[in-house]
Amino acid sequence: MTKNITCVTCPMGCPITVELNDNNEVISVTGNTCKRGEQYAKDEVTHPQRSLATTVRVEGGIHGVVPCKSAGPLPKEKIFECMEAVNAARVNAPVKLGDVLVADVCGTGVNIVATNHCPAK
Amino acid sequence: MLNYDIVVVGGGPAGMAAALKAKECGVDSILILERAETLGGILEQCIHTGFGLQYFGEELSGPEYADRFIEQVYAEKIEYKTDTMVLEVSQDNKVYAVNKADGLLEIQAKAVILAMGCRERPRGALNIAGTRASGVMSAGTAQKYVNIDGYMPGKKVVILGSGDIGLIMARRMTLEGAKVECVCELMPYSSGLTRNIVQCLDDFNIPLYLSTTVVDIQGKDRVTGVTIAKVDDATRKPIPGTERTIECDTLLLSVGLIPENELTKNVGISLDRVTNGAVVDEYRETDHKGVFACGNVLHVHDLVDFVTQESQIAGEGAAKYVKGECAEKEYITTKGVGAVRYIVPQKVNLNNEGDVKLFFRVGSTFKNATVKVKYNGEELISRKRPRLAPGEMENVVIKNDMLKKFAKDGVIEISVEV
Amino acid sequence: MIYDVAVVGAGVIGSLTARELSRYNIKVALVEKCNDMAMGTSKANSAIVHAGFDAKPGTLKAKLNVEGTALMPSLCETLHVPFKPVGSLVVAFSDEEMDTVKELLDRGNANNVPGLEIYDKAKLKAEEPSISDEAKGALWAPSAGIVCPYELTIAAAENAVINGTEFIRNFEVKAIDFDGEVFTISNGTDTIKAKYIINAAGVYCDEIAALIGDNSIHTTPRKGEYMLCDKSIGSLAKHTIFQCPSKMGKGILVTPTVDGNLLLGPSALDIEDKEDVTTTADTLAEILEIAKKSVPVLTTREVITSFAGLRAHCDKDDFIIEKSEKNAQFINVAGIESPGLSSAPAIALYVKDIVMAEIKAEEKADFNPTREEPVRFRHMSNEERKALIEKNPAYGRIICRCETITEGEIIDAIKAPAGARDVDGVKRRTRAGMGRCQGGFCGSKVVELLAQELGVEINEITKFGGNSKILYERTK
Repeated sequence: MTKNITCVTCPMGCPITVELNDNNEVISVTGNTCKRGEQYAKDEVTHPQRSLATTVRVEGGIHGVVPCKSAGPLPKEKIFECMEAVNAARVNAPVKLGDVLVADVCGTGVNIVATNHCPAK
Repeated sequence: MLNYDIVVVGGGPAGMAAALKAKECGVDSILILERAETLGGILEQCIHTGFGLQYFGEELSGPEYADRFIEQVYAEKIEYKTDTMVLEVSQDNKVYAVNKADGLLEIQAKAVILAMGCRERPRGALNIAGTRASGVMSAGTAQKYVNIDGYMPGKKVVILGSGDIGLIMARRMTLEGAKVECVCELMPYSSGLTRNIVQCLDDFNIPLYLSTTVVDIQGKDRVTGVTIAKVDDATRKPIPGTERTIECDTLLLSVGLIPENELTKNVGISLDRVTNGAVVDEYRETDHKGVFACGNVLHVHDLVDFVTQESQIAGEGAAKYVKGECAEKEYITTKGVGAVRYIVPQKVNLNNEGDVKLFFRVGSTFKNATVKVKYNGEELISRKRPRLAPGEMENVVIKNDMLKKFAKDGVIEISVEV
Repeated sequence: MIYDVAVVGAGVIGSLTARELSRYNIKVALVEKCNDMAMGTSKANSAIVHAGFDAKPGTLKAKLNVEGTALMPSLCETLHVPFKPVGSLVVAFSDEEMDTVKELLDRGNANNVPGLEIYDKAKLKAEEPSISDEAKGALWAPSAGIVCPYELTIAAAENAVINGTEFIRNFEVKAIDFDGEVFTISNGTDTIKAKYIINAAGVYCDEIAALIGDNSIHTTPRKGEYMLCDKSIGSLAKHTIFQCPSKMGKGILVTPTVDGNLLLGPSALDIEDKEDVTTTADTLAEILEIAKKSVPVLTTREVITSFAGLRAHCDKDDFIIEKSEKNAQFINVAGIESPGLSSAPAIALYVKDIVMAEIKAEEKADFNPTREEPVRFRHMSNEERKALIEKNPAYGRIICRCETITEGEIIDAIKAPAGARDVDGVKRRTRAGMGRCQGGFCGSKVVELLAQELGVEINEITKFGGNSKILYERTK
C-alpha cells in the first residue's frame, strides 16, 4: 500500500509518497527533500503526532488567558482529549513564559507550558 | 524636545530586530515607539507554533519568538515606550507621538525606521452584499478575542480567505469547540502555506472551497448565514446558479493584508503600487533621506523569520547612515517580469560593499520552473526551483563581484520560465 | 407620571422636535425602539443639505427645505455638529439635460433659493476639475451644504436631554390607548403616558398611526445604497455633484462628506421590508458605473464600506405634518423623505408651533441651546493636544489608529447625556472604527471600554443593541 502525504515540517510542503508492506511497516519514502521529511513521513503514517497550541484560563492576570503549547508532540488522536484537560485547568497570575501549566497532559508524558508571560493585574 | 539617533516606529518583530541590529552596529541612542501595551506586535496573539524555524532552527509560538527579542531589548537597555502612538513624521525627521504618561512627544531623530506592520483588509473593500449584522469580523480580530481575551466570537463559522491567518483561525476555532463549516478562497489556489492547509484544515476535515466567494450575508442582529458561490477564474465574478447558503453565526475575513503606510505617505515617500510599501534600496532606505522601512510595512511577508532578517538589514543601514558611513549612491533598479509580481529592494546601490539578496513574489503557482536573473537583458543567473507559489517569498543573491560590473541606471530583471 | 408630549422616533426629526419642545416648561419623552438614536434613515442617507430647487413650488417640501437649509449653519454651530457649505452642482450631459437644469433654475427661483447660477462647461470644469469631459454645464447652488446627519441627530437628542427631555431607548411602541385625555403607549410590557404624541417614526409612521385607527398614511420604504470611499480620494469632489433628477429621486450623486471621505449613491428601489438595509453586489456595481459618468476616475479600489438606508416615501408626494384626523392630540410627521434632513430644523419648528398652540406653556428661563463641543483630538493643534492630555491623560491614548480617536473621546461618548451603549453608538459619536480598517484593530478596545464604563462583561456588549452581541461565552 502507498500513502500520499504532504510534509509539514517546514514551509516547503513537499508531497511525499510512503510505501507500506502488509504489516504496516514502511518500505520506502519518496518525494522528500530532507532527512526531517523522511522521519516525518514515517511517523505520520505509523503514529501521527501534532503539537498543540492553545490557552489556559488565568485568574487575576492582565488578560483572561495565557497562551501555552505542548512541550513536545502529542498523539494526533489525543488532541481533543488534551484540549479538554487544558480547558479545565486554572492558573493564578503571575505566569512566566516556560511555566508548566499542566504536567503530563492526559498521561502522554508531555507537559503543557506557558508560551508568554501573564503578569498579575 | 527629545533627541535620538534612531527612532523606530513599531515594537513588533521588525522594529525590535532593526533596533537591536543598529545597537550592535554601534548606535546607542535608540528609541522604540510601540502603539500596543507591550512590545511584540501582532506575534503576541499568534499563539500557534511554526515561527523561528529559519532563524532559530526551532519551532516557537509567536509570543515565544517575540520574547526572545524583547529579552534582548531589555538586556541591551534599548529605550522603548509602549502605548505610544506616532502621529506624524515630519520632513526633517521629527517624530510626533502621544501617550498617557508623557502627553505629546516631539522627538528629533537622525534616522527613522518605519516598522508599523500591516492591517487586514476589511469587508468594505470587498463590497460583500447583505446585512450589517454582528458576527462579521477580520480573522485577526477574532484571533485577539480568542487568544488574548479568552472569549468566543462565534460558534458556527465560515471563513473567507485561505491566507495563513484564515487557516490558523479555522483550527483555533475548531479546537475551542466551534464548528468551522468551510474556508472559501476566491482564487483557484490557497495563498496559505501548505503545512497550514494540512494541519489546520485536513486534520479537522474542514472543506476548502477554491474559486469560491461569499456573495451575501444574512441576519438582522447577528449573522444567521452566508451565501457562497463559485467564481469564474478568468473574471473572478460569481457564476449565477452556483449559489448555496450556509447556516452560520460568524463570518471571518482573511482577505489580505495591507501595509500600514499612512505615516509614510504623509512624509511624501514614494510607494510601490504592487507591494503598497515604500520604494527602498538594499539597506531599506526610502527616497526620504534617513527614513528606512522594514517588515510588513514594506511588503507583506509570510514568515516572521524573513521579517527579522530584513529588519536587521534596515537596522544596519540606519546605523551606517547615523555614523555617516554610507557609500555614495549610484542606483540600478530591479524589475519583476511576467509572473514575478514585485522585487524588494526596488533599487540597489552599485557602491555597496556586500552581496545583495533580492526578495520576490510570484503571482501564480509553478512546478519545476526556472528563475532567471538578467542584467540589461543579459542572463546572469538561472536557478531551477521545484515549486514556486504566491504564498511563499523567494530570493536570489546578487554577488558583489557581479554588482561591481553593473553601471548606474541599469536594470536587473527577474523572471520565471517553465 | 404623565408626559405632556411623547415623541415617537429618535431620528433627526424626532430629536430636533424634542429639542424645540424642551425649550418649554413641559415634560417631554423621546421614545425610541432601538438602543440608540439615529438608527434608521438618519444614519444612512446622502448627508446633503439641499438648496431647495427640486420641490414643486407651493408644497410643504419646497417651503420647509429652503427654511431648513437657511437654519442649518447656525443650528450646527450651536450644537457643534460638522457642517460645510460646499454648494451643489446639477450636471447636464446633453442638451436635453441642460433644459432640465434651466427648469430647475426657474423652480429654484420660484422657491426663493438664493444664489442659483448656470455654469457653462468651462466654468464647471474650473470649479470641479475631476468632472467628466462629457459634462455640458451645471446648475450651481451655493446655499447647499453637507452635514453629519447622525451627529446632528445625536447632538439634538443630547441637547434635549440636558434640557429635561427623557430619552427612552429600546421601547418599541406596540399599542396606543386613549382615554379621552391621555394616551397610554405600550411596548407590550411597560407603558408611557402622554397627552400628545408626535409620530416621527420614519418608515414606521403608517404603523404607528394605525395604532390609533388612523389609516390615512401609507409609507413605502425606498432603499438607497451607498458606497463610502477612503479619504485619500475625498478631494475628488469639491461640491455635491448631482446628475439630472428623475421620478425616483435625485439620482446618483458624488459628494464629499464632512469627514473628508467621498460618498457615492444612492440607488432607489421601492421595497416591502422596513428592516431591509441589505446591500447588493449588482446595485453597488451600478452605482459606481453611474457615478463614473460624473467623475470618471472613480474605482472600487478606494471603497472602504457600503451601506443602505430607507427613505420614508409616502404616496402623497409631500411631507405630511398635521394633526391626525382621528385624534387632534396625535400629530403625524410622515413622508419625510428627501429633502427631509435639509428641512429638519424647519420641520421641528413647524411641529413645535402645532403642539404649543394647544399646550400653552412658558419658555424655560434656563434653556441651554448649545451642546458642549465634543473633544476632537484629530482636529487639534499639537499645543492644544498637549494641554488636553495634561488635563486628562485618557486623551493621550489613541484607540482608533485610522481616525486618531482617543480613549478620552470614547469615554466621553459613553458618559454623555443619552450616551453610547454599543459599538456602533461609539462609532457614530467618535468615528472610532470608521476609518480604513473599519474597526479591525480598535473594535476590541472599544468593546473593552464600553464594558468598563457600563460595568458589564465584555460579552454583554452589542454592535447595535438587541441580539447583535459580538462575543459568546469565555473559551474556558
